[in-house]
Amino acid sequence: MLALLSDFTIQNVIIGAMLLGLISGVLGSFAVLRKQSLLGDTLSHAALPGICLGFLIAGSRNLGAILAGALVTGALAALFMVLLTRTTRLKTDAGLGIALSLFFALGIVFLTHIQATGGAAQGGLESFLFGQAAAILRSDLWVMGTITAIALALVALFWKEFKLVTFDPVFAATLGLPVLALDIALTLMIALAVVVGLQMVGVVLMAAMVVAPAVAARQWSNRLDVMVALAAIFGMVSGLFGALVSATARGLSTGPLIILAASAIVIVSLLFAPGRGLVWSGLKRLEDKRALRGRRVLTTLYRLAAEHKDPAYPAEQAMVDAYYGLETRPVLNRLHQRGLIAQVCHMPEQTPHWVLTDQGIAEAEALLGHRDDTP
Amino acid sequence: MIQSFFNDPGLMIMTTGALVGIAASLVGTFLVLRGTSMLSDAISHSIVFGIIIVWLITRQTAGPVQIIGAALTGVLTVFLTEALASTKRVKTDAAIGLVFPVLFSIGVLLINLYARDVHIDEHTVLLGEIGFVWLDTITLLGYRLPEAVLWMSVITAVNLGFVLLFYKELKLATFDPALATALGLAPGLVFYGLLILTSATAVAAFDSVGAILFIAFVIVPPSAAYLLTDRLSLMLAIGAAISIGAAISGYWLAVHFNVSISAMMALMTGAALIAAFLAGPRYGLVAQMVRRRSLHRANACRTLTVHLYNHEGETAREAENAAAALRDHLRWSETRARQVLIDSLDRGLITRDGAVLTLTEKGRALAREVLEPQV
Repeated sequence: MLALLSDFTIQNVIIGAMLLGLISGVLGSFAVLRKQSLLGDTLSHAALPGICLGFLIAGSRNLGAILAGALVTGALAALFMVLLTRTTRLKTDAGLGIALSLFFALGIVFLTHIQATGGAAQGGLESFLFGQAAAILRSDLWVMGTITAIALALVALFWKEFKLVTFDPVFAATLGLPVLALDIALTLMIALAVVVGLQMVGVVLMAAMVVAPAVAARQWSNRLDVMVALAAIFGMVSGLFGALVSATARGLSTGPLIILAASAIVIVSLLFAPGRGLVWSGLKRLEDKRALRGRRVLTTLYRLAAEHKDPAYPAEQAMVDAYYGLETRPVLNRLHQRGLIAQVCHMPEQTPHWVLTDQGIAEAEALLGHRDDTP
Repeated sequence: MIQSFFNDPGLMIMTTGALVGIAASLVGTFLVLRGTSMLSDAISHSIVFGIIIVWLITRQTAGPVQIIGAALTGVLTVFLTEALASTKRVKTDAAIGLVFPVLFSIGVLLINLYARDVHIDEHTVLLGEIGFVWLDTITLLGYRLPEAVLWMSVITAVNLGFVLLFYKELKLATFDPALATALGLAPGLVFYGLLILTSATAVAAFDSVGAILFIAFVIVPPSAAYLLTDRLSLMLAIGAAISIGAAISGYWLAVHFNVSISAMMALMTGAALIAAFLAGPRYGLVAQMVRRRSLHRANACRTLTVHLYNHEGETAREAENAAAALRDHLRWSETRARQVLIDSLDRGLITRDGAVLTLTEKGRALAREVLEPQV
């Protein structure tokens, strides 16, 4: 383990993956809350032509130029999408899909052009397509770290504004906040997060990196600050996990492992998060169902007793079963455990019979909200 | 004669591209109209998972088993997405962004583990190799034709048959799902049928155009057609026509610039979209601007007639109803005033007598209509 951590390449991968988890967790929270989960997908695919253009302009695999290019084409794609959906009758989903596929196609055209003319220098460009964590250099980490620091500083600085625009853009507008500018700023920052992740997980899986940590964090809290912090932690843990596993099991790509780790956190959160967890609400529903069944059987016994004008009327179990059309034994047993009914023998019949106890009568009357005539 | 058609690589590449485009835009039309076009993004990525699973079981990389297996993966994707969204803990778009990266990641890891040396590497899966479709041939009815052309023809025929057979159901399920349900047409079932075909098309197409460019063929031609027409049947036809045009022009441009053929074809569908967006007869940007301008000019004429009408009986008529007065009283610039005068004269709303402007009967009627609208 220690030997692993002291390996230079693995150190780079771990730091890179955690930086990616941090920035995509924080900015993904805003994207998910603003119902723009698939924007990350579009922006990451649209980064490809920018990567190629950055490479063409810089003339080499200069990360700064490549990322700047990715940011520019990502922003152009977002603009193209907004233009299409605002001025025509195409809906958001079509806008996203059009921007995604056309910018990607343009990227492939550039990429094949570079490959046809560039000779050996094009090495490493395809790593942005699928992500190749091991190809990350220490100098790349400085670029990624600077971008992350800038994005986090902006979020901290405009926290109140971003929060308001996310939850109530109309109110934000009436307060005189520049809603459009803030919208654009948030979109650009998601493009920044995408740019950081490209080398790590590639354009395809970046979509999940924006969505997964944020969705997981959303399950644990209703507060934005807690959610953003948790998303950052979940993102970093997924990054760490993916980097470590791919380092120990040679041959497994880092990107998919990070995504699977983040998705596992999502599943655990969906199932077990306090309050919203599906397991808890499922258990609650089961309990409610049992309680309801118990109340219905108890009041049925009470009504039978009332009808027969005999508080100690022994009701036959098979009769109750027939009345409900199902096995009532577990329900009766639970009522028995609570001391509300008692089992009696009603000779000469051999079948089990049940009578209400005094406590059972009181409970049934409380449930019915009234006293029936005799018992 | 026919054999020489099948022997021409260029013709075969264009035919494959056109068939992919037609098959994809047939199903894509309904996805775009329903506002669920991003499902094609999810499906096309996650079939990577289906393709590798089927390969591991059957060792087949093409053919009907592969198509059916991956089609089921597509349906699985949609099913998982809907299941996740139905928990109400995750929005639909976030659910899409969670499900397909997981399946894609598992697919990539399985390729890493078991299929390193096979031709299904992630690059072909994502980018396709339409340039080599003519290499894998199959003999049918005495003719040697490329396998891709055969499979794409089958898929295109199936899609066309489905759309023709269920045209009414698809139309109703798309535009009025509530009515479709009320009439007992099971819109959900029709929709799933559509998604199965989308997945099958994606698998058949992925060898030639790859998973991501396939999205362009699904979404872009129908979107372009949607900007050109209001009729569903015309939209399907225009989508197919755009696909054919894009396949032909894309091929020649790609050969000319020595870049990826499939990407160029996808880009050409984008060119059609932009042309429709700018120059569409009804929803195009230019048409919208022209319409707005002519409305603007008609309004200026109405303003002029009202102004003249108001001052008709007054002593100041000579001063008010003069060409020179328009600049001061209506605050029109010299050029604008002249333009409106010419327009109004052309429309027979006013006559000009020296400097004085007089309303014609028609102009007076127009002014009265503005001032005393007959409800």
